[in-house]
Amino acid sequence: MFKSWLRMTTMATVVALAPLSVMAQDAPKQGGDIIVTYKDDIATLDPAIGYDWVNWSMIKSLYSRLMDYEPGTPKLVPSLAESFTVSDDGLTYTFKLRKGVKFSNGREVVASDVKYSIERAVNPKTQGPGAGFFGAIKGFEDVTGGKSETLAGIETPDAGTVVFTLSRPDATFLHVLAINFASVVPKEAVEAAGGDFGKKPVGSGTFILKDWTIGQKLVFERNKDYFVKDVPHVDSFTVEVGQEPLVALLRLQKGEVDIAGDGIPPAKFLEIKNSADGPKMIVDGEQLHTGYITLNTKVKPFDNVKVRQAVNMAINKDRVTRILNGRATPANQPLPPLMPGYDKSFTGYTYDVAKAKALLAEAGFADGFETTLYSTNTDPQPRIAQAIQQDLAAVGIKAEVRALAQANVISAGGTEGEAPMIWSGGMAWIADFPDPSNFYGPILGCSGAVAGGWNWSWYCNKDLDARAVAADSMSDPAKGAERTAAWGEIFTDIMADAPWVPVINERRVVAKSLRMGGADNVYIDPTRVINYDAIYVNQ
Amino acid sequence: MMFLVLRRLAQAFLILLGVAAITFVLLYALPADPARMIAGRSATAQTVANIRHELGLDQPLLVQFWHYLTNLLSGNLGRSYAQKTDVWTLIVARLPATLTLMLAGIAVEVILGLTLGTIAAIRRGGFVDRLVMMASFVGVSAPQFVVALLLLYVFAVTLGWFPMSGYGTLAHVVLPATTLGVLGAGWYARMVRSAMIDVLNQDYVRTARAKGLSSRRIIFRHALPNAILPIIAMIGIDIGQFMGGVVVVEAVYGWPGIGQLAWQAIQQVDIPIIMGVTLTSALAIVIGNLLADLIAPVIDPRIRTR
Repeated sequence: MFKSWLRMTTMATVVALAPLSVMAQDAPKQGGDIIVTYKDDIATLDPAIGYDWVNWSMIKSLYSRLMDYEPGTPKLVPSLAESFTVSDDGLTYTFKLRKGVKFSNGREVVASDVKYSIERAVNPKTQGPGAGFFGAIKGFEDVTGGKSETLAGIETPDAGTVVFTLSRPDATFLHVLAINFASVVPKEAVEAAGGDFGKKPVGSGTFILKDWTIGQKLVFERNKDYFVKDVPHVDSFTVEVGQEPLVALLRLQKGEVDIAGDGIPPAKFLEIKNSADGPKMIVDGEQLHTGYITLNTKVKPFDNVKVRQAVNMAINKDRVTRILNGRATPANQPLPPLMPGYDKSFTGYTYDVAKAKALLAEAGFADGFETTLYSTNTDPQPRIAQAIQQDLAAVGIKAEVRALAQANVISAGGTEGEAPMIWSGGMAWIADFPDPSNFYGPILGCSGAVAGGWNWSWYCNKDLDARAVAADSMSDPAKGAERTAAWGEIFTDIMADAPWVPVINERRVVAKSLRMGGADNVYIDPTRVINYDAIYVNQ
Repeated sequence: MMFLVLRRLAQAFLILLGVAAITFVLLYALPADPARMIAGRSATAQTVANIRHELGLDQPLLVQFWHYLTNLLSGNLGRSYAQKTDVWTLIVARLPATLTLMLAGIAVEVILGLTLGTIAAIRRGGFVDRLVMMASFVGVSAPQFVVALLLLYVFAVTLGWFPMSGYGTLAHVVLPATTLGVLGAGWYARMVRSAMIDVLNQDYVRTARAKGLSSRRIIFRHALPNAILPIIAMIGIDIGQFMGGVVVVEAVYGWPGIGQLAWQAIQQVDIPIIMGVTLTSALAIVIGNLLADLIAPVIDPRIRTR
């Protein structure tokens, strides 16, 4: 059974190595230098630390990992690994490394680099936000607790083999090895950088950082020695930072910029969309995102399930979608449609003011009540919060909108009894990897319902938690479909308790110049946003 | 003079200490946990606690402040939480851009303000005066964002005379400096105008006129040097203001200065950077005021004798 899995994955590698299948309709061309803009500066390119959507794509391209995804899809394939096997009990993963892969400093990548890199990501001294992903590896607690610096569950019998031993079966483990935090880095370069590795990255990915002028630009040059032939396609990409999205768009229209990474400001969206070249410039795609309102189950009257259900019926999600100029679709369950386990037949709570009022009356709040709705203070989130406020008013709930800086909202959410309702816009969940389990633990599970946690509904259902653990233990790939179904049910069952109002699945919009080629799904890649490895220039 | 410098330096030190203390207390009183922000959304409580320990955030506030001060005295502003880089390195990397913009902006506002204010004073009550005053009123009250976008649209997008954004050449500095200058020039014009009117009414000007001196000589030789004093004080203030407060202009024109750095740090609760930028700005204000105090007596001998 696992041999067949191995055969399958090896075949998948062959597919991935061939010219990218997603772009079969249009053969990618080699060469060209492009300019990409972002509003925010790049904080760090250290894969153990970087965790925002802008640096995420760049880190993906600078380093390689044992596993990766086929461009534009959520399909896992071996990358730095040539092949792998999984033991029958799902606790031992053995990887054979691809031979002859070199870091950009010229040294060959060996098994001990993999061990070092993951231990570094887990080590509390690194202060990396990705440590928790490796929780299933044996010895994890010893490292996070400061008792050890090495993970007992990673062994390197020879330079070309890495063996992981898990303390519990974890069906998401292969995804974890494809996440940025599992990027392989050379120890000597990390140490030589003296804590500044994030500014002096050395990896074995598709690109090499050639120049970084702080606050201005970063120049990434094609790694000519990359282990997959003809990947990447562009010779270089320059990232100009500190660019106001509106200005970036004007520059794009003038041909000075190739990709406006922040997309199109809402005020300009329709104008661009309706312009002659608009449709060719806009890439508008689904991402693994859900925007939701948390209803704090530990705050009155949201401790009453009928009240939570009533609020679910009171929100006009179409209007929120309109505020975003249609760049979203109304949601009815926590999982986004692209995620395995999403239940197309589930309708959830439909918008019904009369029914909401009746439910509130049943719960003893015929005259409504007063509450507070938190939101971040950057456009368009306060406007969406106001729309929600109006919807609530229509059923008699008077909500005061408290629009604060993101850090303050996160803090209020993580403090028990503090925030009755939070509109998650701007900080909502975008999946780290395309697996339904990633939408549960921290935001809906009991483990997240702690001080400083991200389960801002403070919802804890022991029964669902047990089902979640059971689902994640199904690491046998043959049980994949069963596992996905189990997860899907967890998310639809949760809605009976209604700890959230799932509001929208936001789409991402990227603006690109007319000379750029490549399918839409490499500009809004489900696992890396812009896939710099797969985009190309039409000469 | 020496005594003045020493006294002002001592004052400057106390001011900076005060700024450091107040900013430190305010930032740490924020209901936001930097460790939580760094740890990310999937982190366990243990990870957050570990990070808090690594950053020393689990120590009493006074101990943390003491560490900060002792580091500060040895020239260490700490390390950025988000970027894991020396704060001083980050500030130094962005300082030239902000200083360039600041000097160019001040040059524009002074030249524009002095010229318009002087003309308005000479033509007091006339059409030109009213026009200048109206323009300065608009300049003073226009939002930076609007002026920046307007200039950008006209001179970069439509006419294509200047680049839309970026940094490095003289052409890049024109639009952002003009934005800052136009906005500041309104204040300068109003101030120069009233000071000039005041001076032009003085007896010695009347005497000079009676002696038959030319208008040009009276204005440039006698009136302007006397009217310029408040401007020098204002330039001192502007130095500080521009150092920390050009966020909008820097954002619109993609100018890689410390305003941008501060803005991002605020979003990320990156306290070491916020502290570093605040202290740098405070230092700039102190230096600006000190310079104004030192230059004023050189221009106006009456101050020296006081």
